[in-house]
Amino acid sequence: MSELVAVSRNALARVGDVEESRQYVSITIAGQQFGIPVLIVHDVLGPQRITRIPLAPAEVAGSLNLRGRIVTAIDVRTRLGMGRRSADQPGMSVVVEHSGEFYSLMVDAVGEVLTLSTREFERNPATLDPKWREISQGIFRLENQLLVVLDVDRLLDFSHSEAA
Amino acid sequence: MDDLLSEFLTETSENLSTLDVELVRLEQNPNNPELLKSIFRLVHTIKGTCGFLGLPRLERVAHASENVLGRVRDGELFVTPGIVSVILQSLDRIKGILSELERTEKEPDGDDVELIDRLNAIAEGRDSGEAEAAAPEAPPVAASPPPVAAAAPPAPSPGAPSPAAPAPSTPAPSAPAPAQPQASEVIIVEQAAPLARIESPPPSEPPKASPKAAAGGDDHSGLPAGEAKELASANQTIRVSVELLENLMTMVSELVLTRNQLLQIVRRHKDSEFTVPLQRLSHVTSELQEGVMKTRMQPIGNAWAKLPRLVRDLSIELHKKIELQMIGADTELDRQVLELIKDPLTHMVRNSADHGIETPDARAATGKSETGRITLNAYHEGGHIIIEIADDGRGLDINKIKEKVLGSGLASEADLDQMSDQQIQQFIFKAGFSTAAKVTSVSGRGVGMDVVRTNIEKIGGTIEMKSKLGRGSTFVIKIPLTLAIVSALIVESCGERFAIPQISVVELVRASANSEHRIERVHGTPVLRLRNRLLPLVNLERLLQLDTEKEATASADAFIVVTQVGAYTFGIMVDRVFDTEEIVVKPVAPILRHLSLFSGNTILGDGSVIMILDPNGIATATGEMTAMSDTPVGEQTATQTARGDDKVTLLVFRAGQGGPKAVPLSLVARLEEIDLASVEYSNAKPMVQYRDKLMPLIPIDPSIVIGSEGAAPVLVFTDGDHSMGLIVDEIVDIVEDRMKVELTSDNPGFMGSAIIAGRATDLIDAGYFLQQAFGDWFQAGGARQITEQEARKRVLVVDDSAFFRNLLTPLLSVAGYASMAVGSANEALSLLEAGQQFDVVVSDVEMPGINGFEFAQAIRSNPKYADMPIIALSSHSAPEDFQRGRSAGFTDYVAKSDRDALIGSLAQALSMSVSERGMA
Repeated sequence: MSELVAVSRNALARVGDVEESRQYVSITIAGQQFGIPVLIVHDVLGPQRITRIPLAPAEVAGSLNLRGRIVTAIDVRTRLGMGRRSADQPGMSVVVEHSGEFYSLMVDAVGEVLTLSTREFERNPATLDPKWREISQGIFRLENQLLVVLDVDRLLDFSHSEAA
Repeated sequence: MDDLLSEFLTETSENLSTLDVELVRLEQNPNNPELLKSIFRLVHTIKGTCGFLGLPRLERVAHASENVLGRVRDGELFVTPGIVSVILQSLDRIKGILSELERTEKEPDGDDVELIDRLNAIAEGRDSGEAEAAAPEAPPVAASPPPVAAAAPPAPSPGAPSPAAPAPSTPAPSAPAPAQPQASEVIIVEQAAPLARIESPPPSEPPKASPKAAAGGDDHSGLPAGEAKELASANQTIRVSVELLENLMTMVSELVLTRNQLLQIVRRHKDSEFTVPLQRLSHVTSELQEGVMKTRMQPIGNAWAKLPRLVRDLSIELHKKIELQMIGADTELDRQVLELIKDPLTHMVRNSADHGIETPDARAATGKSETGRITLNAYHEGGHIIIEIADDGRGLDINKIKEKVLGSGLASEADLDQMSDQQIQQFIFKAGFSTAAKVTSVSGRGVGMDVVRTNIEKIGGTIEMKSKLGRGSTFVIKIPLTLAIVSALIVESCGERFAIPQISVVELVRASANSEHRIERVHGTPVLRLRNRLLPLVNLERLLQLDTEKEATASADAFIVVTQVGAYTFGIMVDRVFDTEEIVVKPVAPILRHLSLFSGNTILGDGSVIMILDPNGIATATGEMTAMSDTPVGEQTATQTARGDDKVTLLVFRAGQGGPKAVPLSLVARLEEIDLASVEYSNAKPMVQYRDKLMPLIPIDPSIVIGSEGAAPVLVFTDGDHSMGLIVDEIVDIVEDRMKVELTSDNPGFMGSAIIAGRATDLIDAGYFLQQAFGDWFQAGGARQITEQEARKRVLVVDDSAFFRNLLTPLLSVAGYASMAVGSANEALSLLEAGQQFDVVVSDVEMPGINGFEFAQAIRSNPKYADMPIIALSSHSAPEDFQRGRSAGFTDYVAKSDRDALIGSLAQALSMSVSERGMA
């Protein structure tokens, strides 16, 4: 699977040179659409029972049991510096693999799989919040709104983000 | 790689490690033809295979060694250390060539003329082998670049080895030995486990053998090293790759988890049709788990195989006489654990040889035998493996450690003054600490014991040390049998559940505001009084920052998980305690690795994820060093390691006048609380209806009048069909302590006084009270079913402990035997020689002078007593002990202070000997 990640990253590096179409799972956090390359997505989960991990970074919501595997849940909202989700919103999770380990990214909602053409792709605007620029690979112009491509590797690398 | 070649490599490395061991053994017993033959055969096999595979260089070296061995076998040469050294050198050469062969699949260029000439010279009797191989030897395989050198850990020592120091790991017997073969030996030792840092590799990295060769050398399937004559049984085994076994183990672990989960579900639905098949599945799973675990088990002797050679080489280099004794080499443990402890063990033996054992002169000066002894002892104890490494060397010098501690600023003088010797000794486990006055090539560089400790703790083990100046040091390592599945206690704090590995849990205490165990605070720091000791407490809530809002005052009621890490005992405060569960430890995600308080996580039977607390991490996080002064560590470790002492579980209570009183718990059948209103009087004696019988009640002092209302605790002693109750005021505690009667008592009913749990305590004589209650009945006859024959049986009790003699004599008389007690085997033997008649002998096993085994053999050697039953009493009741007892001539083997078993065994032994005699 990690090879696949590498493949998709390489492909993205070439984005802009040749017209290609890529598939993304669209997710929504606080009204903003994000895309995760479909090939690294393992599962989409509804609300789960999560075990808190004391002393863990604030971004780590806890761990959960996914068919006998222990998966670390990441609160993407906290990671992106957004407020907590309101309690009445159940939320969903996207399970991705990152260097052999599974992580469950907790988001507000998961949408459909979008096939997007690289012609619609733009680099990050220079004025973007540094915290966002770090985890965004670029932006797709959709018809009604913009879709930020999440860089999952960077999202899961906490060493750059300040410890909360 | 060619299958044939890889097969050859594996087999040859196995043979070579066997050879290492056997050669050293041969040196010690030069006249053992069996050993010689086996060595010769192994070298011959290597030579033969080399020829077959077309490996001329190897063949030539092997051939020359074989020549020498052949001469020795034929009696034309005698085994000398010199010859053995040269042969070992040629084995090292072979290993060097092999590792190169493994890497390149070709024999490296070069020649071994020097070595072969030397061997030939010895074979022809021109060279005794004593002259050191001073001739510079062409480095045979040095041509190869060190490909993996960068990956090898750099020498991490703070006081780095001086460049002048020779390769530190395996000093060759002949001083300017060729660097290469020596280095290859290092590789095999080091590569076996990823803990190579302990070894502090030589500055110039040798080419690394690929792990496969090393693994092949160490993982020979279950064959105990050095038992070459058993090689025939190898036909019954197949070689399976370790990876496959690892996979199997992982799968089985998952299966166990799933099984637990299913069981939990079925438990919720009563009368489910799944219950029966699930039970079956559960059984099969357990058996499968056991079976797979067994495939991973290897005798610890595999990890020890290199040690005889190491000690031999060290003793030559350091000019010391060292004897290595290995006990329990066939004790099996998980290969993963084995790999991980191999290096720490090697390091510790090296330490013992270098720092521990003195030079022969120094030993002679202190009146010890010139030959120092290092003893390795491995055995199973309750799901753990205990490995003891003991030497009879100089021990740790407390003053030297103090100097060193002060010098390195690890603690202040004031701190040290408050510490016990035992605590000060623990400093050797701190980083950058070495007591060796000078840095030798062997040890003393200050990396060592801390790494050993870290590595052992990494696998969930503990290490303890006790040392006596001038008498030697003993290290006790306790490690889990397997890493894959551990037993853990599930606790809850603030609504979150955590697992604590059972290995560290000593006991559970419930604390509440109005009970005896009450949490007290010293400047906000919670502590608990536990058996006259102050136990530091760790508030899990606060440590894990679970609930910052909650006030600390709410935690007056708590469960205390008393946890021991090394010599440090502390309590973890939790809200609830669930049961224990078998868990499969899984590592936490990389982003959480920095959390030192957790050793992993797991999935419980109910499917939820749970974090596993790491007691070592907690101890470190809560300041082990400062807290250590709270605990009388010495007491703890002493009782744990001194196995030979008679430790007895005692019930401490208060009754009548004077201080606390105690009785061995094993003598007490039950503890009851009786309603004093239900006491009836018969013949003016108080009794109570108990289990449909009348039970006489005896006050501890006849002058005490039993009240008529309220409740009183009663110790129930049972003898045959009869019970008797001893009325006491209050039951205080149950303690495990050594029982040493300091003052004997003339007062009937009291055996004397002893110090128990730090207080002067009267030991009561249970036998006296039993007689008081039943004495009349015996005389009246009939009540007790003792046959005439039994009644007059004479029992000879041999025990060096006055306490046990005093305990047994009344007991036996109550049981209807006539008994006589003596304090030593010598006395007993002279009684027997003097013609005293006894029907049965009951003897302690651990006695000074003639021990129980020798005593039994002595009795058996006299044909007159060949049939006399002899019953052993021992505090050790492992199956091996039983076996040993039986073979020494004991009829039966009874755990000490198991009263019922002794009486039962006596009756059985006597009836057997009677029926045998009847038949004869």
